[in-house]
Amino acid sequence: MTDFGLSEEHRELRDTVRRFAQDKVAPVIGELYEKHEFPYDLVRQMGAMGLFGLPFPATVPGADGDLEIGGMDGDYLALCLVLEELARVDSSLSITLEAAISLGAMPIYKYGTDEQKRRWLPRLLRGEALAGFGLTEPGAGSDAGGTRTTARLSEDGTEWIINGTKSFITNSGTTMTCLVTVTALTGPDEISSIIVPSGTPGFTVAPGYSKVGWCASDTHELTFVDCRVPVDNLLGKRGRGFAQFLHILDEGRIAIAALATGLAQGCVDESLKYATQREAFGHTIGSYQAIQFMIADMETRAHTARLAWRDAAQRLVAGEPFKRQAAIAKLHASTVAVDNARAGTQIHGGYGFMNEFPVSRMWRDSKILEIGEGTSEVQRMIIARDLGLA
Amino acid sequence: MKIVVLVKQVPDSGAERNLRADDNSVDRASANNVINEMDEYAIEEALRLQEAHGGEVTVLTMGPDRATESIRKALSMGPDGAVHVLDDALPGTDYLGTSRVLAAAIGTLSPDLVICGAEATDARGQVMAHMLAERLGFAALTGARKLTVEGAQLTVERQTEEGYEVVTAATPAVVSVWDTINEPRYPSFKGIMAAKKKPVDTKSLADLGVSADQVGWGGSATTVLSHSKRPARSAGVKVTDSGEGGVALVDYLSSEKFV
Ligand SMILES: Cc1cc2nc3c(=O)[nH]c(=O)nc-3n(C[C@H](O)[C@H](O)[C@H](O)COP(=O)(O)OP(=O)(O)OC[C@H]3O[C@@H](n4cnc5c(N)ncnc54)[C@H](O)[C@@H]3O)c2cc1C
Ligand SMILES: Cc1cc2nc3c(=O)[nH]c(=O)nc-3n(C[C@H](O)[C@H](O)[C@H](O)COP(=O)(O)OP(=O)(O)OC[C@H]3O[C@@H](n4cnc5c(N)ncnc54)[C@H](O)[C@@H]3O)c2cc1C
Repeated sequence: MTDFGLSEEHRELRDTVRRFAQDKVAPVIGELYEKHEFPYDLVRQMGAMGLFGLPFPATVPGADGDLEIGGMDGDYLALCLVLEELARVDSSLSITLEAAISLGAMPIYKYGTDEQKRRWLPRLLRGEALAGFGLTEPGAGSDAGGTRTTARLSEDGTEWIINGTKSFITNSGTTMTCLVTVTALTGPDEISSIIVPSGTPGFTVAPGYSKVGWCASDTHELTFVDCRVPVDNLLGKRGRGFAQFLHILDEGRIAIAALATGLAQGCVDESLKYATQREAFGHTIGSYQAIQFMIADMETRAHTARLAWRDAAQRLVAGEPFKRQAAIAKLHASTVAVDNARAGTQIHGGYGFMNEFPVSRMWRDSKILEIGEGTSEVQRMIIARDLGLA
Repeated sequence: MKIVVLVKQVPDSGAERNLRADDNSVDRASANNVINEMDEYAIEEALRLQEAHGGEVTVLTMGPDRATESIRKALSMGPDGAVHVLDDALPGTDYLGTSRVLAAAIGTLSPDLVICGAEATDARGQVMAHMLAERLGFAALTGARKLTVEGAQLTVERQTEEGYEVVTAATPAVVSVWDTINEPRYPSFKGIMAAKKKPVDTKSLADLGVSADQVGWGGSATTVLSHSKRPARSAGVKVTDSGEGGVALVDYLSSEKFV
């Protein structure tokens, strides 16, 4: 059977992660979620499986020969398959991995100096450390160009002095977090990215937010007050911060689309199970056409969401333009995730409103998918612009 | 240390399994075939020993063409290579015949240690380790929930219904393990990629010096004459508690010899 041209290794990886999600994640995640605890043990196991190094090569060329960064020599498709399988059971872990790679390690891999790569990537790619990416601010979300955070050079030119606040930053406050990359104004209309190691004086991580969903993932507000880091912590070229994160977000959209597809498929899984067990009016509810059609629609939506992200991912892997397809995939898959979560909860009746049922967790986790890494409106803006509508 | 791990491909025990109507053998063609669960623990134990003491881990499978899939899966966990005994004369081979073939294959590898699962989920015989030890002249340390190695000395905690026994022996030995012994790893992507390139040595009966009439339907000492489906569950006994419920329960349990 051909499966969208997946290789045997891709399928083997997907099946391995499916087993991991069912055997290791499913039994414990409900409780961690309820307690708003970060799943350190599961993250450690995912690190041992090499998941944090998936889309990276083992070595990269450096100025003085190859640098060992410890990637798995996989590709972005492999990463997205894993994100889908994890989210089929739980989104918190999936977003932890997605953000760790797309937002944490990828900017350093793509734009870092040899020294930055040598210092940070091996631990990040083994899943022993996490990095965050601080773009959003209290007053600048979709309009990320509205960044207010500033970074000015010290008088002697050896340090950046950072001041400002970042909102909703994923993986920024775990005991494994080693750095946050922040975007900041380094001049009028000049945005640059700067690496701020955890524990730098003047860098404060607020307690975790009280979130509706993604309760076992780590999200914090960050403040920088005269926070000084070496001038070498500039990531990429000065003034290229905006262009860099636009590119990073383009890729990340495919990953979020895969995650959303997983959630949508998880709702099908849970609903199928429930509908064949639950009885009302003398029959299983799955014997009623109303429920059958709901589940048929859910499966149809999940399938089309998968087609959309696979198409975008395959373009990315082939080195073809993928911006529009990534935005389409993110827009469609996140809509599908919300629709399936609503239908799945409905099929569960009153039990769908109880936190002990996985489908309720999926319902709570679905809404953010239409907001994070570019809202649905932003995706529509990208698609319309790509169609030539200015 | 040179370790051979036995890996058997079996029908997934989580799904419906059947015997074939024509020859009473396990229907493998229509089943979802997977690595015998207990064998994953054997592989894990071998890999841990290799990590601690060095050496080489070889997977050994006797099975049809299709078993290659399970061999690759096993290799993706980390072993160095595999031997696949594949021969048209093999279908129908019973325990004795299988142990003859596996012992011959192990003989060509001269390992210090053979590790296998305590049972396979398709036949649940729990005899292979003993038969192999007997044929090879190795010590048999079976049903292990813990294994430690110091030099050539092996110490095993042998799981029993009441607790465990401590048993020691020198290598070479056959150790069979239960699922209490460790937590098998999931293959990493690197492992999955590497498994494709690892050597799988396919051996026929002739390669091993076993003649075809010692195996298969004809060479087996046992024959399955017939089989039938497990009867449907009966309704059970309902005890209504009107003050005497406890006594009724105990009466029932003792009548069934549970207490
Ligand atoms: C749990 C969580 C984790 C997050 N993790 C990170 C992270 O790791 N790093 C990071 O930098 N950010 C992160 N974010 C922030 C996230 O990316 C933003 O919340 C998102 O981009 C939206 O920005 P905003 O919240 O400021 O909403 P706003 O931009 O204020 O949008 C409000 C509404 O206005 C709409 N809107 C805005 N502009 C237009 C327009 N021109 N036309 C039509 N409609 C428009 C939006 O679509 C939305 O519906 C995270 C958020 C959450 C909730
Ligand atoms: C917070 C909360 C408070 C509540 N308070 C009360 C209360 O005070 N008193 C009280 O008595 N109850 C209460 N309930 C229970 C509530 O009324 C029931 O949950 C609701 O009636 C649905 O029943 P159910 O959960 O058993 O779902 P089910 O009846 O099992 O329904 C499951 C799914 O099957 C569908 N379905 C069922 N039959 C058919 C059919 N023939 N054809 C097509 N589809 C069908 C349903 O529409 C639903 O989508 C409460 C529930 C909650 C969550």
